[in-house]
Amino acid sequence: MLYSSIVFLPLIGAILTGLFGKTIGARKSELITSTLVAISALLSWYVLLNVGWVNGKNDQVIVILKWLTSGALDLSWSIRVDTLTAVMLVVVNTVSAVVHFYSIGYMHNDPSRQRFFSYLSLFTFAMLMLVTSNNFLQLFFGWEGVGLASYLLIGFWHHKESANNAAIKAFIVNRVGDFGFALGIFCIFYFFGSLDFNTVFSNASDLVDKKINIFGYSISAISFICFLLFIGAMGKSAQFLLHTWLPDAMEGPTPVSALIHAATMVTAGVFLVARCSPLYELAPSVMSLIVFIGATTAIFAASVALVQNDIKKVIAYSTCSQLGYMFVALGVGAYQVGIFHLFTHAFFKALLFLGAGSVIHAMSNEQDMRHMGGLRKFIPKTYILMLVGTLALTGFGVPGLFGMAGFYSKDAIVEAAYVSSISIGSYAFTMLLVAALMTSFYSWRLIFMTFHGTPRASKEVMSHLHESPNIMLIPLIILVIGSILSGYAFYDSFIYAGFKEFWASSIFILKDNYILKELHDVSYLIKWSPTIMMIIGVTFAYYLYIRNPHIPQKIAKDQEVLYSFLLNKWYFDEIYNYIFVRPAVLVGKIFWKRGDENIINRFGPDGISKQVVKITKKIVQLQSGLIYHYAFSMIIGLTFIITFYIIVGRGS
Amino acid sequence: MNLLIFTPVLPEIAITIVSMFLLIIGVFKKNEKTYSTISNLAILSLLVVLFLIFSGSVPKGVSFGGSLITDSFSLYLKTLILTSSIIILIVSNIYLRNINLLKFEYIILVLLSVVGMMIMVSSNDLISLYLSIELQSLPLYVLASIRNKSSKSTESGLKYFVLGALSSCILLYGLSLIYGYTGSIYYNEIASNLSEYDVGILIGVAFTLAGFAFKISAVPFHMWTPDVYEGSPTTVTAFFAVAPKIAALGLIVRILITAMPNLIADWQSILILLSIFSMLLGAFSAIGQRNLKRLLAYSSISHMGFALMGVINGSFDGVRSLSLYMLIYLVMSLALFISIIALKTNDEHIENIEDISGLAKINPVMALIISILLFSLAGIPPLAGFFAKFYVLYAAIDAKLYYLAIFGVLSSVISAFYYLRIIKVMYFEESAISFDPISKRLKTIIYLLTAITLLFFLRPSIFINFAGTASASLFI
Repeated sequence: MLYSSIVFLPLIGAILTGLFGKTIGARKSELITSTLVAISALLSWYVLLNVGWVNGKNDQVIVILKWLTSGALDLSWSIRVDTLTAVMLVVVNTVSAVVHFYSIGYMHNDPSRQRFFSYLSLFTFAMLMLVTSNNFLQLFFGWEGVGLASYLLIGFWHHKESANNAAIKAFIVNRVGDFGFALGIFCIFYFFGSLDFNTVFSNASDLVDKKINIFGYSISAISFICFLLFIGAMGKSAQFLLHTWLPDAMEGPTPVSALIHAATMVTAGVFLVARCSPLYELAPSVMSLIVFIGATTAIFAASVALVQNDIKKVIAYSTCSQLGYMFVALGVGAYQVGIFHLFTHAFFKALLFLGAGSVIHAMSNEQDMRHMGGLRKFIPKTYILMLVGTLALTGFGVPGLFGMAGFYSKDAIVEAAYVSSISIGSYAFTMLLVAALMTSFYSWRLIFMTFHGTPRASKEVMSHLHESPNIMLIPLIILVIGSILSGYAFYDSFIYAGFKEFWASSIFILKDNYILKELHDVSYLIKWSPTIMMIIGVTFAYYLYIRNPHIPQKIAKDQEVLYSFLLNKWYFDEIYNYIFVRPAVLVGKIFWKRGDENIINRFGPDGISKQVVKITKKIVQLQSGLIYHYAFSMIIGLTFIITFYIIVGRGS
Repeated sequence: MNLLIFTPVLPEIAITIVSMFLLIIGVFKKNEKTYSTISNLAILSLLVVLFLIFSGSVPKGVSFGGSLITDSFSLYLKTLILTSSIIILIVSNIYLRNINLLKFEYIILVLLSVVGMMIMVSSNDLISLYLSIELQSLPLYVLASIRNKSSKSTESGLKYFVLGALSSCILLYGLSLIYGYTGSIYYNEIASNLSEYDVGILIGVAFTLAGFAFKISAVPFHMWTPDVYEGSPTTVTAFFAVAPKIAALGLIVRILITAMPNLIADWQSILILLSIFSMLLGAFSAIGQRNLKRLLAYSSISHMGFALMGVINGSFDGVRSLSLYMLIYLVMSLALFISIIALKTNDEHIENIEDISGLAKINPVMALIISILLFSLAGIPPLAGFFAKFYVLYAAIDAKLYYLAIFGVLSSVISAFYYLRIIKVMYFEESAISFDPISKRLKTIIYLLTAITLLFFLRPSIFINFAGTASASLFI
């Protein structure tokens, strides 16, 4: 009952406001959905305490409803509760509740608020379905559900063409990933004869020596499955090559960016890999690929974030980069560290987004940082919130003493990459360190450009400048607390001494996987290295944007090639446009114009209907009204039948 | 002589006597009220006969030395024939009054024709077969031209008569060939003498089937149908469309199944041709029609093509599907014809599709009912027409005649077009004219028939079992 209410309260809210929003009114819709999600969030914390520490009862499965039985396929709608799920429940519901309340303020002028809140709650429900599922199909249901909600919310302002395009782009790029994911699920059913987590995971070791033949290459079956699942994870978590949709998704309202495109949905890929740890542990080659993709994403996204001017785009690329960090952690076998970073990241990234939302709100929907500056004095509360978020993101802290949330989780990832025994570990370590420097730089650049210096906004905007209402600021306190304390408070249980008891059986690691112990025993230089990088980053940012604000433009002019390379996001959109989109459009045009219109329509519907009319006209002419014609037709008919009969002979 | 041997044909004898009696009344008592008196008496006597048959009081068995047979199949068809004629007579009462055509002969002719049809479905040898067909046809020729002041009506009667005579010649020639090659007129003896394959008998079968095809207006012996349907008074058209078709199909089924089971491979190929031609031509031609009665004529041609599919396999399932088809066809097309009769504008009965444009706004109930009936005729589930088509198509597939089933579905698609066009006209086109109120009796009949069409799917087993018991008696 407890677990069911966590999952279904948001759905109830979504249905109520979605179907009856017009009758119950906007204000009530907001309150209903927000309250229901808030209750869900409180219950989630209770569950986490219970499952993680007090009770320690893992692996509970509550069956809600039989779904389908067909041959070997036997599926139920069920809720699986273990530590991994409980952590995700907390992340999803907490951020969702904050975002719901924040949106009451942020969206107060929008005429279709009911729809917005219904979508938000629907998203929450789908995400909860995803994290609580006990089989791959329900996971896929949630996976597609969040995809749908994301599509609806990115395109929420559907009168904006750019929003529609972004929504479609997000949907299509995710299709690539989902295709891989679906194939992975098919393979799992093919090899295991079941989609149930327990069955699949407990039989995983039988599959290690199994090979399958693909295009003449013999590949380990388990690696193939893991690879396909990872493709899905890449799409949803916007990893390198499939990342292009995430920055565009910022076209949606800012609370949506905070909830879906920073804290929850994009981490579904991380969750998927962690959930499937029993499979991934047996597929070392795919693990290396994950590390490579993760590290590359981290450095790539961070480098792009250096030069972006849109405040939301900077944070979006930052998210992309941080997701890369998480994947590196997963790839080196430190799943717990990856989930830990997911957990802390949710707080400070949501805080940053919502803070940015507050700035945008204050600046009358201005998003370009070049038109901001000096806002510190006008919106001091927002400034403090953003500051906390930035400190948490950049990993501010003193090793061995205290640090913000990101300090614990991000530094642990860097250390894990360092101690990792896989060959690509050193590449990852280097990339992550450089990315840490860049993270610090672009984060502070954002703060400095927005809040410091002289105001660059127009007089009109400045006159409207106002601090956000309390309904937007108070919920953020939860995120502030999370950003400051979540690292310090949960460090021990998540990844240090108590991790075995805490995670119990929810995450599987091989017996010879000691990475979680080893990463704490690195030398001081390594322990300090992320912090040093962070300090260098801040210094650069301070030097360039506070002391000598004219230098960045000069650098941009001197290094024009590099600058435009980064500004244009490594030209990924252009390359994809050239390689995929244009050929696809061309092929589509051929099928549409030549295939559909010229062949199918011409000989199909249009042609047939024309022929029918022609035949009809001819036959109607036969009906002359003259009796001898009629008699003649009878005789001809009789003759025909007899002739047919004699020539063709007996029938069947 | 034991009079009890006549009990199986008592219904026919009763109706014959009643019609003679009514004729005498009509001749001697000619005044205003005569028509209604005779009509009511006729309806009453038909109801009594229907009740006798339905209650099982009519014994089964052969009479007149094996010329006529009364079994479940013939009783089933008689039930359908009687039901349709009763409905027709009730509606005629209102319709004829309206067009000022209260001739009592009309009723006598209907009664005599009904006797002919009842003997048709009972006939068990070639003589009774031919005589019953003639007895059925002659009153119909007169009925077609009963509106003798209208040139269209007389023209249609004449056409029907001349072409009917031609078809009788063809039929008679075929029958004589069959007799010549088998040496018997009785079905069972024909069947046992037919073991040897012979071209002569095949030509006899072909001629006979051609004669039958004229009666059910199968292509290419259908040419009379649209003209006669259009020219006759609408109640007569409705009668033409239903009762003689049922009788002729019953007769075809009986002679093919009981007299020529050995020749199934031969008559099958002829029937396949007739069936495909009828379905397709009916569908194509109806598209080009503006006159509702002509359109329904082509529609009935198409439906006969479908019904023929049921007999092609010569199996129990096939005959059952045909029997069911006849029942559902009766309900649907009578309902539709009566709906057309019911719609009047300033005392003028409607004729063309344009006349009912915008009906949905003026009389939404009638528009809805006509739509239901048209959807049913087009074979849209879950209406009765869907089941009718489903079972005959199933029989065709069961006989492995896949191409026949494909033609069936194709023509069904094409015919959906003209049914839907009428619905479109009713719902989406503007109308300036208004409609006269509809009499209560017509309304009741229309509602009842539509209800059967609409609710058939709830308990199809009632009707299917009914048709099943009837068909089973042919396969003993």
